[in-house]
Amino acid sequence: MGKDNLLEIKDLHVSVGEKEILHGVNLEVGRNETHVLMGPNGTGKSTLGYAITGNPGYTVNSGKIILDGEDITEMSVNERAKKGVFLSFQNPLEVPGVTLSGFIRSALEEREGRIKLWDFIQKLNKTMDLLNMDRSYAQRDLNVGFSGGEKKKAEILQLLMLEPKLAILDETDSGLDVDAVRTVSQGIKLYQEQCKGSLLIITHSTKILEALTVDVTHVMEKGKIVREGDVSLVNEINEKGFENFGKDAE
Amino acid sequence: MSEEKSYVADIDRSIYDIKDVENDDFRMKDGLSHEIIDKLSEEKHDPEWMREFRHKSLDIYNQLGVPDWVPNIDGLDMDHIATYVRPKSKMENTWENVPDDIKETFERLGIPEAERKSLAGVGAQYDSELVYHNVKDDVSKQGVVYTDMESALTGEYADMVHEYFMKLVPPTDHKFAALHGAVWSGGSFVYVPKGVHLDIPLQSYFRLNAKGAGQFEHTLIIVDEGADLHFIEGCSAPKYNVANLHAGCVELYIKKNAKLRYSTIENWSKNMYNLNTKRALCEENAVVEWVSGSFGSHVGCLYPMSVLKGDNSRTEFTGVTFAGATQNLDTGAKVVHIGENTTSYMNTRSISKDGGISTFRSSVVVQKSAKNAKSAVSCQSLMLDSESRSDTIPAMDIRTKDAAIGHEAKIGAISDDAVFYLMSRGISEEDARALIVSGFADNVSKELPMEYAVEMNNLIRLEMKGSIG
Repeated sequence: MGKDNLLEIKDLHVSVGEKEILHGVNLEVGRNETHVLMGPNGTGKSTLGYAITGNPGYTVNSGKIILDGEDITEMSVNERAKKGVFLSFQNPLEVPGVTLSGFIRSALEEREGRIKLWDFIQKLNKTMDLLNMDRSYAQRDLNVGFSGGEKKKAEILQLLMLEPKLAILDETDSGLDVDAVRTVSQGIKLYQEQCKGSLLIITHSTKILEALTVDVTHVMEKGKIVREGDVSLVNEINEKGFENFGKDAE
Repeated sequence: MSEEKSYVADIDRSIYDIKDVENDDFRMKDGLSHEIIDKLSEEKHDPEWMREFRHKSLDIYNQLGVPDWVPNIDGLDMDHIATYVRPKSKMENTWENVPDDIKETFERLGIPEAERKSLAGVGAQYDSELVYHNVKDDVSKQGVVYTDMESALTGEYADMVHEYFMKLVPPTDHKFAALHGAVWSGGSFVYVPKGVHLDIPLQSYFRLNAKGAGQFEHTLIIVDEGADLHFIEGCSAPKYNVANLHAGCVELYIKKNAKLRYSTIENWSKNMYNLNTKRALCEENAVVEWVSGSFGSHVGCLYPMSVLKGDNSRTEFTGVTFAGATQNLDTGAKVVHIGENTTSYMNTRSISKDGGISTFRSSVVVQKSAKNAKSAVSCQSLMLDSESRSDTIPAMDIRTKDAAIGHEAKIGAISDDAVFYLMSRGISEEDARALIVSGFADNVSKELPMEYAVEMNNLIRLEMKGSIG
């Protein structure tokens, strides 16, 4: 090991129902590092995100997930969240009757006990301004009637409010227009710099990465990590596309 | 989890058996008699017309059969109905006899000791009495009459009571209305004079808990032309009553250009048969808004009805029903459109859990005279497990050609994805489910004053506790 990793995934096999999706994934993410996970559709990128988060629909058959030196493979979703795992959802769920601000507050209080309301509101307002979110969204029902872009911004708002140790961003840039991608990207950068958190960014495109410093790129195919490299790998994929890239690798 | 035991589960019958033994000398072995009615009437110092009214109602009661549209009420001992209405019906109850789960729930809801005893029907009123009198004095400065029904019968507004009492819900309506007419006692009388807008809601909370009242209570509210009132009935604390029948009656008269909002949070202990009748009559351009949360009772039948008699009158019904284990809650709303350009809107949510049965009935009648009527009904149901049951029974009787009528019903379960989403931010499964259920019921909580909304959400949270296997 040697290196002080925040996240270590060891030979992880995961299935959904009867079908195994991940066939032995190994991955290490150091502290305050930013990793990119790329790969064609349906190779198991989101599955990895869900498995790390602990979605009960995803069964870990073998292997281990270690966060901060602690084995979290068997831990419940909320316990993992409290240990510092965060997933920005590709399709954030709509929850009627629960306001965005109330939700974030509940989540914070779950971890820290009672929080100071004034400080909370100050920080929430500041962060919303930063993300170009209308403040009225705080009082709206969680994701209900939000546009695709607002939903993604609301995810990044939660990221910046909850300040997790590890943030997994699942296609956070999909369905966003250029301005929104830039805003979201700024938010992620802030997380990198201020929260000193680690990032695992699942993405198809590279737009979102432009403003960020990327440490490691992983390429996943058919449920396995097939290649790892630095940021130049992102550019390579960008030029060749996955299809050609895959051929080269063989 | 088990230490935060959820709610008032069905109460062990043995409690009543013991009570029956203790109170055997009070128990009358037969049904209601005219003799009992005479005694009751005398006790209450009824005016003559009321005494006659009670006797007439008793005759009707004896003629009518149990309605066939109610859920099974076999557990209700109709042969010994007199037990429920004994004239000196002071609650011969002690704090020790109040079931532990009810005491616990009081505690969880953060209700002070003195008030708990009052709610459990074992204590006199404490601070609430004082609060009630203060409110009364305050509103009377604006000419508003807010008093108990008994005083109203003989007071300054006696004629008004005579004119309106059980005209909207006549004893002939159904067997329990007849029973109510014969044995009613307690309740509130409110009169809001022309043009008076009350900015604070009147709350029956302060009154209903007095001296075990609230079993056959009668609420009569008259909002005169252009006036505006918000009346709140009940509270979220479980109300425990040694006798297990509640057959109250609510009559609301809303005059021209007047508005009344009638909010109810009902949480009778889960041994109760709640057979309550509520009705509102809207004159021209009048508005009645019902906000209703039904959580308690073993069997409940509750279908507030709005009669839109005046042109341009409107009604809105916003309700939530939560049926847990052993509960069969049959709720809904009725509207009769008579005047032109009348509008009705029903928006209800029902939740069933642990084998609870929740039935939503809506009835919309548009009479020939009701030109250009509009009505929309929306009902959503949430079933928390596969043992529970949820039914939606809409009925529509439209006699005009130009009515605009809409109906939508949805039934669903809690989405696992939504639970996962909330949990992924650190919220426990139990809290995640409770949040989703409270959110589902927010049509009602949004309409309630803050403190009631908080109480209602606490109640839902308590009901949801321990629901995860």
